[in-house]
Amino acid sequence: MSDSPLTATRAPSSGFSLFYYASPQTFFPLAGKLLWPTWIIAIGLTIAGLYTGFFIAPTDATQGDSYRIIFIHVPAAWMSMVIYLVMAFWCAVGLIFNTRLSFMMSSALAPTGALWAFIALWTGALWGKPTWGTYWVWDARLTSELILFFLYCGYMALQAAIDDPRRADRAGALIAIVGAINVPIIYFSVKWWNTLHQGASVSLTQSPSMASTMLTGMLLMALAAWAYTIGVALVRVRAIMIERERHTDWVRQLGNATAGGSKA
Amino acid sequence: MLSLFVSVVRRDLLLAWRRRSDVLTALGFFLLVTSLFPLGVGPEPEQLSHIAAGVMWVAALLATLLSVSRLFESDEADGTLEQMLLSVEPLPVIVLGKVCAYWLLTGLPLVVIAPLIGLQFNLSADETLIVCATLLVGTPSLSLLGAVGASLTLGLRGGGALIALLVLPLYVPVLIFGAGALDAWRAGLGIQSHLALLSAVLLVALAVCPLASATALRIAQD
Repeated sequence: MSDSPLTATRAPSSGFSLFYYASPQTFFPLAGKLLWPTWIIAIGLTIAGLYTGFFIAPTDATQGDSYRIIFIHVPAAWMSMVIYLVMAFWCAVGLIFNTRLSFMMSSALAPTGALWAFIALWTGALWGKPTWGTYWVWDARLTSELILFFLYCGYMALQAAIDDPRRADRAGALIAIVGAINVPIIYFSVKWWNTLHQGASVSLTQSPSMASTMLTGMLLMALAAWAYTIGVALVRVRAIMIERERHTDWVRQLGNATAGGSKA
Repeated sequence: MLSLFVSVVRRDLLLAWRRRSDVLTALGFFLLVTSLFPLGVGPEPEQLSHIAAGVMWVAALLATLLSVSRLFESDEADGTLEQMLLSVEPLPVIVLGKVCAYWLLTGLPLVVIAPLIGLQFNLSADETLIVCATLLVGTPSLSLLGAVGASLTLGLRGGGALIALLVLPLYVPVLIFGAGALDAWRAGLGIQSHLALLSAVLLVALAVCPLASATALRIAQD
């Protein structure tokens, strides 16, 4: 039912409208144009960030060189949290305005969000071994990051289990929004649980002052992570658009234009 | 609206009364899982009383999860759910009535049976009372959140494992405050804050879950 024939015949309006790019037909070329600049920015910022992080930033007084994993760990953790909120935002937009593209955007973001959450957990474990002497502690941040990872998995599993794309979109949107309401509750509950137990006496809130080059490197890497996320989400959303709208005229024309006349 | 709520609760209780074995399954599961822990971790009384609250809460979570996936199943099978969706009466109230009946049938029995398990786990009378109080306030939230998962996964393949993946992360705050109350009391901190937080979670769940579940049912039967 997502392949409504109405959208295929709708001509793009000439006047500016907030919803002009809300249709896959108009967003597809825009996403294609944005792709290369995004990749170039992502690669450039990654090189700059890694260079700053590994060669310019000084060695930490207490942690030695092992702290340098921060340049991947912290941006990954930030992105995993931001992407969940962005996903829930697009889901809410989709449910309110009934725009199919919002749901596609949200399902294009989910795997990247899960990937960032996994990278944050993985690098956190690798960082934890030299600094705390253990791969895992049941700290508030680690536990909430793990639960966030499970929330991503639940969203993707629910979407994968439903064959009808319209139902999959809406069911996924609902669980994403319920999850987003729950994320702060989970974070604070885990935090209070952690302060009550206080099993491992590990303080994660150290680093009183950070060298400015360290901060620069981290911010560059964070921006690179943003650019990468946008780029990869655009690639994925383009694939989803073509797959979902494969019966419409505009995809068929696109197929004709790119494949030299072969029928899509 | 109240009469609608009462009639839905009555209907579900009556249906359950006619098929009593279904209700006892979740209770039997709860008893069995909690009885497995002493076999697994050893029968030392201090150790058992140390883990008692956590074990009972995790078992309650799993027992809810096991039974909640059937919340809308029979109504969907015989077409009642469709009539509920078509009805002019507000769907969230119908859902709330169903969840209320469900809690009376599966949540409340857990609270009633909890003192027995408290005895098995070497809890004192006061400690047992605390666990029962947290279960009484906490299990309705479990039922409400479970209803959202049940309506989202209605009629899907692999529904049981999927509902676990969807709902268990949402259960984390309830588990933490529920099982943490006993630890807080033992540390001399009092349980008021934990009970207040559990009640707050329950109130939020009462406001959000019937609406979310009703929306999910409409999506599922679209």
